[in-house]
Amino acid sequence: MSQTPGRAYPRESLAAHPPNDAPAYASTRLRAPRRPLVILPHTLTELTGPAYGHDSVAEGENDLTLGHAGAPLGERIIVTGRVLDEDGRPVPHTLLEIWQANAAGRYIHVNDRHDAPIDPNFTGAGRVVTDASGGYAFTTIKPGAYPWRNHHNAWRPAHIHFSLFGPSFVTRLVTQMYFPGDPLLGLDPIWQSIPDARARERLVSSFDIETTKPEWALGYRFDIVLRGRGATPMEDPHHG
Amino acid sequence: MAERGITPSQTVGPFFAYCLTPEAYDARGIAGNEIAGPDAAGQRIHIEGRVLDGAGEPVPDAMVEIWQADGEGRYPEAPGNAAFRGFGRAETDVDGRFVFVTVKPGPVPGPDGAPQAPHIGVSVFARGLLNRLATRIYFADEPANEGDPVLALVPADRRETLIARAVSQGVYGYDVRLQGEGETVFFEI
Ligand SMILES: [Fe+3]
Repeated sequence: MSQTPGRAYPRESLAAHPPNDAPAYASTRLRAPRRPLVILPHTLTELTGPAYGHDSVAEGENDLTLGHAGAPLGERIIVTGRVLDEDGRPVPHTLLEIWQANAAGRYIHVNDRHDAPIDPNFTGAGRVVTDASGGYAFTTIKPGAYPWRNHHNAWRPAHIHFSLFGPSFVTRLVTQMYFPGDPLLGLDPIWQSIPDARARERLVSSFDIETTKPEWALGYRFDIVLRGRGATPMEDPHHG
Repeated sequence: MAERGITPSQTVGPFFAYCLTPEAYDARGIAGNEIAGPDAAGQRIHIEGRVLDGAGEPVPDAMVEIWQADGEGRYPEAPGNAAFRGFGRAETDVDGRFVFVTVKPGPVPGPDGAPQAPHIGVSVFARGLLNRLATRIYFADEPANEGDPVLALVPADRRETLIARAVSQGVYGYDVRLQGEGETVFFEI
């Protein structure tokens, strides 16, 4: 648990999220709530949250290319970035979980029926805890695009799923990271569900030659901004 | 410091289980559906229910997470408290069912310092949900529900959707209806 005194979670920031009801994404039709959300003042329940420290993650869980008899097929990549709050301050010691399809666009999940090969050397799940400056890094392979039957000829752009906790119940975030220049982005109802174009662009990683390792792997940067500002009670009498 | 816009949410999709709830894949997850060990303070209970869609059909690919205080109203202070973790995760099965093994939470402070009725914070994730849906579980047999400041914000005819009912000794039933008739109250947090 890590209730940080003086933290505030402005509601205006929530405008960056997609609406629940996004008709172009067919699965929302029977699943998105229709009634308005009830505004919940933040109590101890919302301002605390589970803490998962370095002991939650085993050595090597941030390298998805390891743990099998051989190396996975595909383009080896390094994904690195920082987890920050809305003031740009690092969010240290917070857990990230990631999962993805293999290079052919196939998940290991039992319900994935896409006619693309499973890679015996790739599971596609990893974990890492951010360091003191909010930094993290994964080694993996670039996931493939895959078809998903949402509409005729529907293909998801290549993406990596991210799950983060942050310091409290309100900072919990599940999202997806995309790759720059992907022609499928403009056709993807899930990415397009985010109303603000600038917010949408925050899910697109950037190629980074500094992260790229010679003769080894291409590097991508992806920073994540969780809710939370460092307001003091003086500045925001309504916090908490 | 430079102000930054938050990273928007995207759906958890249908294929999260081998990472987030990987027990069926013989892998270790960070949290399962057992929140409280035998030494945790409080009355041991099971909470079981289903996640249902707008047609009343089970949602077989949802993940439900809970966050709660122990029987004495204390949230865990540090990671690695084996007796009481406060946090649990469950994947729904083909019938949309989930179950949590935990203790009944005690009252925790509310916005003005007055106690809130015992409750559990809930997050629901699924394919078709672009955002995490936040709700709460209260308990039917708690007189404190009457004066609870959060329940008071919920229209009276919808409060019932937040209330778990005893179905047998130590077992509470609580369903999540994502849409339609009896739609669960979800909160903006
Ligand atoms: Fe996916």
